[in-house]
Amino acid sequence: MARYILRRLGYMIVTLFIIATLSFFLMKMLPGSPLNAEDKLSEEQKAIVLEKYGLNDPVPVQYVRYLTGLVQGDLGISFKFDNTPVTQILMDRIGPSALVGFQAMVIGTILGIALGLIAAVFHNGFLDYTSTIIAVLGTSIPSFVFAGLLQYVFAVELGWFPVALWGEPEHTILPTIALAITPLATAARFIRTEMVDVLGSNYMLTAKAKGISQAGRVWKHGFRNALIPLVTVIGPMAVNIMTGSMVIEQIFAIPGIGEQFVSSVLVNDYPTIMGTTLLYAFAFIVIILIVDLLYGLIDPRIRVTGGNK
Amino acid sequence: MKKNKWSLLLAALLLVSTVLAACGGGSDKSSGKGSKDSEQVLRLMNADQIPTMDSSLATDTFAFQFLGESMEGLYRLGKDGKIEDGIATEHKVSADGLTWTFKLREDAKWSNGDPVTAHDFVYAWRRAVDPATGSEYGPYMMGGVIKNATAVNKGEVPVEQLGVRAEDDYTLVVELENPTPYFESLTTFGTYLPLNQKFVEAQGDKYATSTETLLFNGPFTLEKWTSTSNKWELVKNKNYWDKDSVKLDKITFVVVKDPQAGVDLYDKGQVDRAGLSSDLVDMYSSNDDFITIPQANVFYLKLNQVRNGEKTPLANVNIRKAIMMAVDKEAGVNEILNNGSIAANGLIPKDFVKVPGKDKDFRAASGDLAVYNKEEAKKYWEQGLKELGVTSVSLEFLGDDGENAKVFNEYVANQLKTNLPGLEITIKNVPFEQRLDLDTAEDYDIQFSGWGPDYLDPYTFLSLWVTDGPNNHMGYSNPEYDKLLQDAQTTLANDQDKRYEAMLQAEKILLEDAAIAPIYQRSLALLSSPKVHNIIANQVGADYEWKWAYIK
Repeated sequence: MARYILRRLGYMIVTLFIIATLSFFLMKMLPGSPLNAEDKLSEEQKAIVLEKYGLNDPVPVQYVRYLTGLVQGDLGISFKFDNTPVTQILMDRIGPSALVGFQAMVIGTILGIALGLIAAVFHNGFLDYTSTIIAVLGTSIPSFVFAGLLQYVFAVELGWFPVALWGEPEHTILPTIALAITPLATAARFIRTEMVDVLGSNYMLTAKAKGISQAGRVWKHGFRNALIPLVTVIGPMAVNIMTGSMVIEQIFAIPGIGEQFVSSVLVNDYPTIMGTTLLYAFAFIVIILIVDLLYGLIDPRIRVTGGNK
Repeated sequence: MKKNKWSLLLAALLLVSTVLAACGGGSDKSSGKGSKDSEQVLRLMNADQIPTMDSSLATDTFAFQFLGESMEGLYRLGKDGKIEDGIATEHKVSADGLTWTFKLREDAKWSNGDPVTAHDFVYAWRRAVDPATGSEYGPYMMGGVIKNATAVNKGEVPVEQLGVRAEDDYTLVVELENPTPYFESLTTFGTYLPLNQKFVEAQGDKYATSTETLLFNGPFTLEKWTSTSNKWELVKNKNYWDKDSVKLDKITFVVVKDPQAGVDLYDKGQVDRAGLSSDLVDMYSSNDDFITIPQANVFYLKLNQVRNGEKTPLANVNIRKAIMMAVDKEAGVNEILNNGSIAANGLIPKDFVKVPGKDKDFRAASGDLAVYNKEEAKKYWEQGLKELGVTSVSLEFLGDDGENAKVFNEYVANQLKTNLPGLEITIKNVPFEQRLDLDTAEDYDIQFSGWGPDYLDPYTFLSLWVTDGPNNHMGYSNPEYDKLLQDAQTTLANDQDKRYEAMLQAEKILLEDAAIAPIYQRSLALLSSPKVHNIIANQVGADYEWKWAYIK
């Protein structure tokens, strides 16, 4: 087990290195420059400013400097926010995104699982169709429509929740619901499909013959088996949701990282774009490792071992 | 069996309700949070963060906005662009117009108690053009104006040779490269603000990244701010020399980027002003609180005469004239923008500058030089086609994909196609940065572009199209135009009447050549609480002036 984790950590470093390299060179292909007044300066004046950013150096030199900083945990200084380290921007911004994302993941997944279970147990019944409709709506309505609708109905019309802004716990409610719809729909769909499968299998019949109650059968034998595919998709989805949604953050005026990422791209703030990409990648591979380890816990038949099979 | 099923459902419902109960903890505290009646508090939104408060490095509208309110330069812009006292109380200009001597007030203080002196200006201006600073606006705003600014920026002469010096603590002497009649209005701009050398150097790299690393000398101090903040405040500065004129105790700001959310917050009474994007204008234009603020930003079509080393059909003056006259601008601004923007029939915007001595607006004095006229356009068009020896022309229309832009580009292109038979247009909408790249490379035929002025003088617009000017990028060259503008900046610089005559003439030539096709002058639409009075909208520098604003 320890060897396995060590080896995976090794792969993680290689993956991060590749992603850092790719994003660095993709950045070089972005049109424009990080200058704001570029339409007002002569070529010569532009060169003087770019000198300060180190952008006049040959690309390999910039690349080595970037990697050297990266190894030391230095993501560079933002081009847009003068003299502000990218790490500070990420730290300031990740909090709100992670909080709303975490709430949405927990609520969405739990509600989704409940919905999926109900649908499976009442297969082809009224409750099944209801929960399937909710799940389909949840996957098909674009988040900006859903978020806008929530804002309009519950904040503007009914006045139950704040319209937007950030600071108090109540500010997180509508964005959490808006974000929770995705994990909810996904969980419901996966759990329902798997449970319907599992509940119809032979060993469930055996369990029933042994006299185990339905609740016991569903929880102990069915649910655990149905969880595997869900865990696979939920992991990466958690990263997605907790690193912020540009749309939701913009609509509810949340100072999160998703919105920051998009605005950095628009102004060619290279260090911030790369820093955010790396943060995202890092979270992603960590979660994938955790998911792989979870497989073993959920289903002991799946063993994670190093080398010898 | 049935019973079991229901118990499971019950368990699931229990799970759901626990979750719901867990997230229902918040209580509504937002009401009643307002301040005491006696306190003058203005609550505003900002469309983005303030990326920096370093006056030498500032480039964006919000940086200049908050620098303008928390700092003060030699002068300040008042109502209708009138120059008001700032740190300077008076100035003398030498007969040749090259030496300006400013007398500074002795009661101006930095927020740490230090006096604001002439040395603070010398330090700040040197810093702005010093190549080591890497300022963008320094060389742009000072180059060609202050003696040696460009040479210092290129590293040709040491920074000490910049034409600014402190004769004593309260006398600032500025030497200019050319007589610059609009220098007064330049000194109101952010890049020209003073800096307290001792403080700035003590902060090092951290200078101007947060409230703690800033000093103020303006009407307000910026509080609770860091470069990544989403909320901050402007608080009345007790050390400000003119604090008696400042009525507001506090202005609060929160970043809201989504216009719909902004309007919703306005409707809920949480903010006192909200900007309207064009899709919202229709819904709110009959609202009692609806106002429009005319700006001096002008939008026009750039007509590229040389692309990839070859002449385009737009090198033909009749083709250009046809395009200039073929767009129904009135309909465009009224039906598509609908926010108070007006059709532009010239380059220099309306209500921007007055012609000296005549007390007449430049636009009115110059008249309508580029009006919509379908029939005339068609005549020029046919003439042009004949001269080119073709029956049809295809052109690429370059625009960016900002808000409104796409619809408006469609409209303009469609007008051209409809009114000029045989014209094929392909629209190419790209992100803003890419449009600038294509502009620099002169890789387009027609480009939808715009310009906002940097100082109160027509030269800020007219200088764009001198031969090989840094912004020309469309192969336009007319020696007569160049000569008039050069005269305006040199031989005529000390004779305002003649100088303006030259600039009026230059604008005429530019549009007789149909070098560009003016389209519209922008207005902003917003909802503004009737309690709020006396916010001044500036044409240059900080967008708004809150120094004299009050709530009643």
